[in-house]
Amino acid sequence: MNNTLGQRRIPMPTRYLINLVLVVVSLAVLHYISAAGIISSYYSKILMLVGINIILAVSLNVATGYLGQLPLGHAGFMAVGGYAAGIFLKAMPMPNLNRLPEGTNELAAHLQYNAYLALALVLAGVVAAIFGVIIGVPALRLKGDYLAIITLGFGEIIRVILLNIDDVLGFEFTYGASGLKRIPKAATVTNVFVCVVITCAIIHLVLKSRHGRAVLSIRENEIAAESCGVNTTYYKVMAFTLSAFFAGVAGALYATYVGILQPSTFGFMKSIEILVIVVLGGMGSMLGSVLSATVLTALPQMLLAFDKWRMVLYSLVLIIVMIFKPSGLLGTYDFSLSRVLEKLLNRFGGKKKEVAK
Amino acid sequence: MSLLSTLVSQVINGLQSGSIYALVALGYSMVYGIILLLNFAHGDIIMVGAYAAWMCMVNFHLHPVVSILVAILASTLLGVIIEKVAYAPLRSAPRLSLLITAIGVSFLLENGAQLIFGAGAKDMSASMAMFTTGPSITLGSATLSFPALLTIVVSLISMAALTFLVQKTKLGKAMRAVSEDMGAAQLMGISLNSTISFTFMLGSALAGIGAILYLCAYPQVNPTMGSMLGLKAFVAAVLGGIGSIPGAMVGGFVIGLAEALVSAVGLSVWKDGVVFAILIVVLLVKPSGLLGHSTTEKV
Amino acid sequence: MKKILALTLAAMMSLSLAACGGSTGGSSAAAADEGTASATSEAAAGGEGTAASGGSIKVGLMVTTTGENAMYGNAVKNGARLYIDQVNAAGGVNGKQIEVVEYDDKGDATEAVTNFNRMLDDGITAVIGAVLTGPTIALADETYNINMPQISASATAAGVTVIDPTDPESEIRTNVFRACFIDPFQGEKMAEYASERLSATTAAVIFENGNDYSVGLKDAFVAKCEELGIQVVATEAYSTGDVDFRAQLTNIAGQNPDVVFSPNYYEDDGMIITQAREVGVTGTFLGGDGWGSVKNYASAEDLEGSVYCSGYAPGSSDAVKQFESDYQAAYGEDIPNMFAPLGYDAAMLMLNAIQAAEEQGLEACTDEYYQAVIDAMAATNGLEGITGSYQFDEQNNPIKSAAIMRLEGGDEVFTELF
Repeated sequence: MNNTLGQRRIPMPTRYLINLVLVVVSLAVLHYISAAGIISSYYSKILMLVGINIILAVSLNVATGYLGQLPLGHAGFMAVGGYAAGIFLKAMPMPNLNRLPEGTNELAAHLQYNAYLALALVLAGVVAAIFGVIIGVPALRLKGDYLAIITLGFGEIIRVILLNIDDVLGFEFTYGASGLKRIPKAATVTNVFVCVVITCAIIHLVLKSRHGRAVLSIRENEIAAESCGVNTTYYKVMAFTLSAFFAGVAGALYATYVGILQPSTFGFMKSIEILVIVVLGGMGSMLGSVLSATVLTALPQMLLAFDKWRMVLYSLVLIIVMIFKPSGLLGTYDFSLSRVLEKLLNRFGGKKKEVAK
Repeated sequence: MSLLSTLVSQVINGLQSGSIYALVALGYSMVYGIILLLNFAHGDIIMVGAYAAWMCMVNFHLHPVVSILVAILASTLLGVIIEKVAYAPLRSAPRLSLLITAIGVSFLLENGAQLIFGAGAKDMSASMAMFTTGPSITLGSATLSFPALLTIVVSLISMAALTFLVQKTKLGKAMRAVSEDMGAAQLMGISLNSTISFTFMLGSALAGIGAILYLCAYPQVNPTMGSMLGLKAFVAAVLGGIGSIPGAMVGGFVIGLAEALVSAVGLSVWKDGVVFAILIVVLLVKPSGLLGHSTTEKV
Repeated sequence: MKKILALTLAAMMSLSLAACGGSTGGSSAAAADEGTASATSEAAAGGEGTAASGGSIKVGLMVTTTGENAMYGNAVKNGARLYIDQVNAAGGVNGKQIEVVEYDDKGDATEAVTNFNRMLDDGITAVIGAVLTGPTIALADETYNINMPQISASATAAGVTVIDPTDPESEIRTNVFRACFIDPFQGEKMAEYASERLSATTAAVIFENGNDYSVGLKDAFVAKCEELGIQVVATEAYSTGDVDFRAQLTNIAGQNPDVVFSPNYYEDDGMIITQAREVGVTGTFLGGDGWGSVKNYASAEDLEGSVYCSGYAPGSSDAVKQFESDYQAAYGEDIPNMFAPLGYDAAMLMLNAIQAAEEQGLEACTDEYYQAVIDAMAATNGLEGITGSYQFDEQNNPIKSAAIMRLEGGDEVFTELF
């Protein structure tokens, strides 16, 4: 923050207010346009996908951009979260909102429905986070490409387990290759949006805190950080777990979006797709992740002819970005509304006051 | 079949797939040894080599031996081109960038092949017949089939040749020097670029040979054939100690045998899981691998 | 701390802007797209067809044309388009041209969901697809909500038309049909065949573990074998993408079974049988309809005597021969696999049902229209397709008899209906 004397700054409560109002307004607008049928179901599906991909990218960015490691098993956490939420929601008595029995209190049913959904999302996150700790503790002892490979290995193992666990347990749990079907399709534009906001807010909060600075110091120089008294192991596992938690949430949203989960969805390819989003946007930039998740989800929808070339272009983009701008398009730049407003304020409104002083 | 002969057969199966893993793992190991890069695209170089062989044999009806040479040449060239275009500009960049680039190259090759040749597998069993029919050896009631014999022998010869090249020739010495200390090697008058190119050439040529052996054993070509093969071979390289030539060989055989034996005891569904579990255990217990570390020659 | 919160909120803000940006970006994109989608379909139909006189009917075609399973999806697409082009050339349905709205699901359930909703925007009245089971079920969840008629050419899992296959009382997706066999049917047929025609007493299975088609057939086969008193001596699995089956096959060879059931797709099957003979498996190989075209992937000697069941028997009748030559003329290649005739049949069943709804003079895209198409489809009786004559059971699965195909001298020869 710029603290030079004479610079005008927006006082804290106002900042809260501006941002809160903006979030609430956009939520209301989004809710209105999706509920009133102004956008067709197709666009709301795309919006949901954009949201899910934003959560995935932002969460992977914690490990890649801020911690400076390269985990290649993000899809594994997503799978764990998705399955956890799917199994939970299937076991719960979810009211069917489209076909409510006569005389049911609609509000109560909605509340119940969303409460289950919220529980499922938290559960998914927690389960994925537990896996994050289990995998992170051993994996984070390694560095660089070794870490990449070991997480890749864990990701593949998760997939193999999801595929075969039923045979071992002897009862239907993940339904193996045929997939977990009929997961209640609870995801809506509104609740995906809420999740996106919460995800970004929490990750932002954590990263701007003392803990976040510790994580960043590990990225910049692990040995220096350690010698400054940063418990590197703890913070690495923490960041990794945070990343896994939100990957799990994204997985849960995905499960309630698509309604069927098959282990094959969560292969190595999926991890790479998420990585492409992060790398393109900029490793260490939340805005970058958000923008590139939006663009990379919407773009293929815009260009049908591009479909065939999509994967080829992705890989080319990956190579070219790495060669010419290894930190990604936005690097570590992040957007702050207050900063922009302050600049404007200082440029146009600031001078007179200063003179008056 | 008796239990013993089943066991012998399984060991043969393991040796056959293991020797292909070993050849591929060598390429990984050499490249890692010299520029500390996990060349993710290595498996896909095999795929391109296999497609080259397929084009020569099925489309242009060239003689199989000519086709094989073309395939090996194509792999070699591709390896060098990849190094020059994608990796060389990043030599001073962070390792993470290099790794992501390698992943990008791998994806580019896979998806490019899918675009050009289609997703379906191309059958080559008829064209490869020349290399797959021949005398077999009978060991008790288990047989060592000709393709298995060929695969094992060719890969052993390749490994011996490689070891000779690295240990006894000037270029090999240069490679070892660069891998030991890039800066010092440069000061001693070793050309960094040509040495690295040469390493890629060697590794890719081995991949080309691997492609041919792969086709002898599994006569089908498809765009994703290299990805799993590459991953497993990579596991082999890490297991043996990445950067070490004998390590890569040992690792390849261990992975091949482990796969065969896991299947032999009826746990075939867990095969991939076991391979990655081995990797994880090795990385955690002895990250330098079985034969890795400064005690062995690094390339 | 306050600063932090403010920044967070700022981040949220940027995010909401981005999210809104996404929506506007999306809509302008789709507007551009609608043109593309209809343009392609017109290009396909316009070549031979006469200009539409009484408007057009839009039918969605959800196929997998890119990715690892593109060879199956492209065959379905070509087969379905072949039939639709023929109908259009002959004047269309009820004087209306059929307009195909085609999207690629890439073998991904997510894409199937978004693309279906996009088809709705494009104004489709029925949908043919998808190709793989996962996307098809995701699609069926969507169509079931609005009761839109759907037919899949190739999704064989029981769970496509029945919501919960394990529950006999389960709800049935009355709007979803399929042109192919279901998994249990083929597995049971082959077990019966092994018992009755081959007098087998021992059997082994090798299947692809990550593939629900393969797993479905295996389960049915094993269950039926137990019932018929065939001893299943080995059940071996492999992972998607595996090429080395020798270890599993060596185990099978050690048990020396009478028959080996390999319920996989032709590319794997070819490799499996070659390696099986190499390691000394002598039993007869049995397979499902995924075996079609296997002759191109293994040698004649290795395949000799193997048997598989299929709906599609190449060259078995004049209609089939006609289809084969039409396909050759349209696409310049032979029938790549059994997905092409199934795609053709799926399109035929759908258009036939639409015809019935059209004749009632209903308006497209209405609930009555949907229901009329569904009723007409369910009432299909003895409609002759390339893969047999069609009739649906109460679970919307076709009642077709299985053609037994036998590999003789490197050719797939139709032997009997079983």
